[in-house]
Amino acid sequence: MTDPPPGSTRRTVLAVGAGTAVAGAAAGLSWASRPGSAAAASAPAADAMTVPFRGAHQAGIVTPAQDRLHFVALDVVTDDADELRELLTAWTRAAERMSFGAEAAPGGTVGGGPYRAPEDTGEALDLPAGHLTVTVGYGPSLFDGRFGLAGRRPEALHDLPAFPGDDLDPARSGGDLCIQACSDDPQVAVHAVRNLVRMGFGVVAVRWSQLGFGRTSSTSTAQQTPRNLFGFKDGTANIKAEDTAALDDHVWVAPDDVPGEAGWMAGGSYLVARRIRMHIEIWDRTPLQEQEQIFGRDKKIGAPIGRTDEFADLPLDDTGADGEPLIPVQSHVRLAHESTLGGVRILRRGYNFTDGTDGQGHLDAGLFFIAFMRDAHTQFVPMQQALARSDLMNEYVEHTGSAVFACPPGLGDVEDWGTQLFGA
Amino acid sequence: MPRPPRAGTALAALPLALALTACSQPADDGSASGEGPITVAASDSACDVERSEAPAGTVEFSVTNQGSKVNEFYVYAEGDRIMGEVENIGPGLTRSFLVELAEPGEYETACKPGMVGDGIRSTFTVTGESAAPKTDDENLQNAVTEYQRYVASQSDAFLDRTTEFVGLVKDGKVEEAKALYPVARSYWERIEPVAESFGDLDPKIDGREDVIDEGMEFTGYHRLEKDLWEDGLQDDSSAVADQLLTDVTELVGKAKSVELNPLQLANGSKALLDEIATGKITGEEERYSHTDLWDFEANFEGSKAAIQALRPYLQEQDPELVATIDERGEALGSLLETHREGDGFVLYTALTDAEVKKLSEALDAFAEPVSTVAGVVAG
Repeated sequence: MTDPPPGSTRRTVLAVGAGTAVAGAAAGLSWASRPGSAAAASAPAADAMTVPFRGAHQAGIVTPAQDRLHFVALDVVTDDADELRELLTAWTRAAERMSFGAEAAPGGTVGGGPYRAPEDTGEALDLPAGHLTVTVGYGPSLFDGRFGLAGRRPEALHDLPAFPGDDLDPARSGGDLCIQACSDDPQVAVHAVRNLVRMGFGVVAVRWSQLGFGRTSSTSTAQQTPRNLFGFKDGTANIKAEDTAALDDHVWVAPDDVPGEAGWMAGGSYLVARRIRMHIEIWDRTPLQEQEQIFGRDKKIGAPIGRTDEFADLPLDDTGADGEPLIPVQSHVRLAHESTLGGVRILRRGYNFTDGTDGQGHLDAGLFFIAFMRDAHTQFVPMQQALARSDLMNEYVEHTGSAVFACPPGLGDVEDWGTQLFGA
Repeated sequence: MPRPPRAGTALAALPLALALTACSQPADDGSASGEGPITVAASDSACDVERSEAPAGTVEFSVTNQGSKVNEFYVYAEGDRIMGEVENIGPGLTRSFLVELAEPGEYETACKPGMVGDGIRSTFTVTGESAAPKTDDENLQNAVTEYQRYVASQSDAFLDRTTEFVGLVKDGKVEEAKALYPVARSYWERIEPVAESFGDLDPKIDGREDVIDEGMEFTGYHRLEKDLWEDGLQDDSSAVADQLLTDVTELVGKAKSVELNPLQLANGSKALLDEIATGKITGEEERYSHTDLWDFEANFEGSKAAIQALRPYLQEQDPELVATIDERGEALGSLLETHREGDGFVLYTALTDAEVKKLSEALDAFAEPVSTVAGVVAG
């Protein structure tokens, strides 16, 4: 469904009808004054601002990283497995609708008539989908036996260990479920989460949530590498959608990884979320050369130290005039590089965030790290252990939230998240 | 008392004349036209509806998607109110559905290729006489009678208890007045949406200290709450107590003669839960006594009383909704019980953040289905 939607999209309605459908009703214009069907049908098609909802893998993993994020972790509050299953099925329909740019439910914003609370909250009504993707994941705690899912837990799905220097807030960590909504328009992402959460009252409750205002990763060679709040390009060596062999090796769960009842997870991916608070003000007082030594990259281009091209291989074996390695031993790029980690790679898809101030005159800001991988415990864990032990950057960051979720594979034409998780 | 912008609007904003006749019972005789279903050929750029009119009653449409996009078909009344819809019609599929078009007049049909936008519209005319039943629904009328009886009984008790409370304040019996305070207020809280609808009586009886900012005097229950818990009885406490009794007497007279309609019952039931969410669960209502959980329970009971009055009607229209409301009401009630202490509750200040979150979650769970009752009542 990436081809342009048919003639009567929200955008074209606005264009041809000058908002008559919405504003006209409020202004009391006559019933007959709505734009005619002929005009709507012949209007030019809107941009293809949609990402296919269905497919072999969930959208929102290797699909091009959008600019904005609303991420929410939820706990299940019912004991009734059927209610959870029904909610997952209902979420599927609503998420698919919103991915098209449609309202969350056919009743929509005004269709329920004057006496009902609108089924869709309405703030995305005139907006294009902005490449909205809605990605779900399941936390280890969902498989604790409350819902008869213990046997279906993939073996690799269990909590992350503690890392040196962690300062985790339980109220920003964990969760039975997660929803990652990404769009180029923050209002669309927030609308998606808001409506899904609303559908879930009584079945799930929000545990924590995070807004991200700028992507920090590229998931396609067509995208430029963005900068994090330290002002650096990070994750230049990210796995890209075009490298399907690397995706199979490092991102997608293979059928052999999840034998037996856990087979529903084949083609899925594990999501690791870390809320990384940056001590922005201290960093900003750090000289450029020291900043570059900490990252192991040049700040302007993003090239490895000693190189001029962002995408040049890291000169890990080169030494400078002082006889020291060009890329410092404790620099971020060296520690996170696959050659240091026995070939381990992950797909990063994080976002810059700021949650206002910390009450002490400093920005409460940082990186909401999201990464996808085939096994968090053989990929993220060794990487983070190495970084937590030695990374020069640790002086400037603090991990304040942590979670791991199993994101199931994509949905076939008639599948939904409920039957996928619970079985037919 | 709600936040200022909403004061007194809970009932006043509702349309007073709900046509009971709108609650029609769908006929189940298939197509009223006797000509079989109306076929609709939907494609990516067209929406051909075989016939553009039908006699009032149940109309059957059979929609075939000849295009390449997922399609939807809607029948709208004025204002884009959905009379019926069928969604998710994949390419090549045919789906049939029945829509109840009981009132003659102009409607619109729409195909929505790709599921977005205003759709490809055509006018659809319903002809003949209204097919809606002519009589008011007895269940709804009974609901109103029953609920007005509830309002009257709560009003009487509110006056009795307020009289008692005012006497204690005037006699300087502080401890006894403090013990009676949350109990007396519970009768008000049970019927708050009705009680709030009489102009200035609400802020006079139930206004918090903020009313001073709005140019009013700080009187009523919360002024006496402040005296009893914070400042000690003042020179004018007796006068404030006398005024409270005068105001409550006037309010009770009005509340007992108020004319309600079924939609107001439904919206009142939801409004009471909104009161909990915005005032009680935040600990804002009882800022000196911290007896917010008494109010919480009373609002909750008042909400359930309105639902209870509507129950026979709702049971007929949407038994599944009634079951959900019952189940979640039960869960909220049991959770609230865990905070009971003696005849009342623990103080709001004794609750942990985690306990408040649990209450808030259970309230959301109950309020969501309750908020759909008005739609069912409106038909």
